[in-house]
Amino acid sequence: MITLNHYLILSGLLFAIGLVGVVRRKNLLMLFFATEIMLNAANLAFAATSSYYHDLTGQMFAFFIIAVAASEVAVGLGLLILLYKKYGSINLDDFTIMKG
Amino acid sequence: MENYVYIALFAPLAGSLFAALFSQRPKALVTGVVTSTLLFISFVASVILLNHVHHEGAVHVTLMDWISAGDMSIPFGFNIDQVTAVMMTVVTLVSTVVHVYSNGYMDHDKSFNRFFSYLSAFVFSMMVLVMSDNFLGLFIGWEGVGVCSWLLIGFWYHKADVTRDVNPSISPSWAANEAFIMNRIADLGMLVGIFLIYWNIGSLQYADVFAAVPSMNHGMLVTIGIFLFIGAMGKSAQFPLHTWLADAMEGPTPVSALIHAATMVTAGVYLVIRANPLYSAIPEVSYFIAVLGTFVAIFAASMALVNRDLKRIIAYSTLSQLGYMFAAAGLGAYWVALFHLAAHAFFKALLFLGAGNVMHAMDDELDIFKMGGLKKAMRWTYLYMGLASLALAGIWPLAGFFSKDTILEAAFNEHTYGIWLVLWFTAGLTAFYSFRQVFLTFAGDERYKPLGFHPHEVQKYVLWALSPLAILAVIFGWFKEPFMEFVTQFLPAYEMSEHTEHNVVILTVVTTAIALGGIIFAWMRYYKGLKRDEKVEQSLPYRILLNQYYIPILYERVFSKPYAALSKVFWEDVDQQVVDATVDGIASVIQESGDSSRKIQTGNLSDYLKLMSGGALVLVALVLFAAMQN
Amino acid sequence: MITFAFYLFAVLITGLFLVTVMSKNVLYAMTSLAAGMVLISGLFFILGADFLGVVQLIVYVGAVMAVYAFAMMFFDLSRDVEERHDKPWLIFLLGGGIALTLVVMFAAPIMGEAVHALYPPVAGATNPQAVGLVLFTKYLLPFEVASVMLLVAMIAGIILAGKKMEISLSAMDEDILPDTKENA
Repeated sequence: MITLNHYLILSGLLFAIGLVGVVRRKNLLMLFFATEIMLNAANLAFAATSSYYHDLTGQMFAFFIIAVAASEVAVGLGLLILLYKKYGSINLDDFTIMKG
Repeated sequence: MENYVYIALFAPLAGSLFAALFSQRPKALVTGVVTSTLLFISFVASVILLNHVHHEGAVHVTLMDWISAGDMSIPFGFNIDQVTAVMMTVVTLVSTVVHVYSNGYMDHDKSFNRFFSYLSAFVFSMMVLVMSDNFLGLFIGWEGVGVCSWLLIGFWYHKADVTRDVNPSISPSWAANEAFIMNRIADLGMLVGIFLIYWNIGSLQYADVFAAVPSMNHGMLVTIGIFLFIGAMGKSAQFPLHTWLADAMEGPTPVSALIHAATMVTAGVYLVIRANPLYSAIPEVSYFIAVLGTFVAIFAASMALVNRDLKRIIAYSTLSQLGYMFAAAGLGAYWVALFHLAAHAFFKALLFLGAGNVMHAMDDELDIFKMGGLKKAMRWTYLYMGLASLALAGIWPLAGFFSKDTILEAAFNEHTYGIWLVLWFTAGLTAFYSFRQVFLTFAGDERYKPLGFHPHEVQKYVLWALSPLAILAVIFGWFKEPFMEFVTQFLPAYEMSEHTEHNVVILTVVTTAIALGGIIFAWMRYYKGLKRDEKVEQSLPYRILLNQYYIPILYERVFSKPYAALSKVFWEDVDQQVVDATVDGIASVIQESGDSSRKIQTGNLSDYLKLMSGGALVLVALVLFAAMQN
Repeated sequence: MITFAFYLFAVLITGLFLVTVMSKNVLYAMTSLAAGMVLISGLFFILGADFLGVVQLIVYVGAVMAVYAFAMMFFDLSRDVEERHDKPWLIFLLGGGIALTLVVMFAAPIMGEAVHALYPPVAGATNPQAVGLVLFTKYLLPFEVASVMLLVAMIAGIILAGKKMEISLSAMDEDILPDTKENA
């Protein structure tokens, strides 16, 4: 029997994977992928909670998260393109201009 | 009348500010003329006020509210009563003469304008001191004259420090600091006295304070009286705070005449006279004042006996005469003290200014052993100084005779025969050292000639300027009775007992006799010329007196040196090792922590993300931990 | 059956996402991400959130991944990305730590008994119908705000990406690039 805990644990694991990606990735595009994973993990948790408590609120939040994610991708990629035009790279290590 | 009060008070201030405008400029005669004129105006206003007070009684004006906080209310008020009127007239008269005199004396000084600015500022402070109607205003004036005294003693601050053997005062700036610091010690006492007054009475107005005196605890009155007198001791250079006055002679001679003879140093006497209701209520403190005054009289006179420095002799004489004043005030004869104060101001200023003439003629040489026979070159100065010395010695009919004689009578009247005897003997010493100085300077062989001096008389107008002082030194004593009637409208009258009245003639004769004896002895010893006696000069008492009883050296050994050593310890061991080290330690801890945490700021987003994740981990772990606690 | 499906999907999603995170090749990473998302939509279907699953498929797998794919064309990413890692252990420590705490947390019996559903599904309606009923009544205002946000994001995306569109960086010679770098 699959309980809510199973879904939440899966969601937590996916989130952790996304976090590893966020921390590990230097390539900004890959970093975006990792954030998508984290958002999806959250969505999964919402949907599972919604389902197990027979409440649609969780799904509503999932919709909004998807909307936010879509916006993020649109704006984020736009910025990424600008960044690439400026520096010729989307590697985070190349943006380190502080002399500290 | 109010306007005259303000004119008398603020004319010197206006003069000072005017002269200050030119302070950085080369000599401008206009500053001397303007300040002298303003001082004269102030003098005229003072005389008008004196006349008004004589006929109409005291004038009281309130310029403005000064401090009002809670229950405390101290107005900027001025009260012109008989004592103040006398002080104002004396101060402005001597100041005017000194200002005019300084025009000649400071003629060649490059800081001519600055000098007049200081001098007028001093007069303003002195006027505040004597005119204030409360203790705080008096204290402001008290500090003001202290500052001006410091500025003026150290007027030639550029002179280098030398050893005590070359110049006992080391240097003008050293002397100025000594005077200022000694006064500071005394002023602390005075301030404590003022605090105690406010604490116990809740007001600093003279009228309120003295009205409250009869109802006060005797012990508290004694405490207040002692603390106020400590302030007076500093300003009037009474033992043991006396050393600064002789060293203050490093200042220009007009300053010595005005500040360190005629006016500022009498502020202590003025304070005691002003606080007479207080001191009348505490006879034991008054008696101490009298005894101390008597001691200082003979103590200072003894040092004057052997000194070779023209100005220092007069400075010790000032000290001695201040002792007389305190003796009179301590014996309750307040008006006599005031009378002697005024008379002394005239003849002592004259003496100093005459000494200034001599200095001028001798190119600032002060050693009377190197002078002699100056009467040919400086007839008028000789006359002035002779007159002043006669007055100082107390020879009839000059001013000093009346005032000093009255003090001796008062001492006799109080049955304090010890005090009388000492003061009587001091009168002889006074006559001796005054005329020793006069004869060594003006009479006898011309010892200056081999040394290459070419003395000359000072400018005519300077001599004319001195004439009012000379005239007053002669005639002031004749006004003893009117003066007594005038000031005793305010001060308590002092009645001689019948016993004293009987003996007045004898006392007068005895006193005059010893004064004449002193003069004659000086005449015998020094009139013909200087005969130095090696044996006497090598003797122990002579050396003790010449070295001022070794008190300056004692002070240096006991106070200055250990204090300097202590300061060094505090500087090196406490300040540098503890305070500075603590501050530096805090700074270096912060710097090092900043330096090491600076490395967090790599500018690399990835590193920041790692840090953020670390923070998130900590937060989640905390939540978990908190949840497990429940 | 559902249990088997859940575990299958769970293992596959975890694996695919790990590939996304660990892969050096952008194309692999993106493909596995897209596949993972498809499988997540499968989980949504299992959970009975049909409409959400469809939206996941259309928006994520369709739109977002397409945008990523287009974006890739701007960047020269045909080669493997080279990433320097100073402290790989730190990354896994952080990730592992978070995973562990989350797992410990969620493994606990945290389900509340007295939770009342705010918007229970309408009886008799299918999931999309129920979602529509709630979304267009109770969440109408947030829905409109979200739509405005999407519009703003769309315009922003066009503006940002469209600036100096005539300059094609990927077509530039290598030696010109340092020049543009210095302008930074």
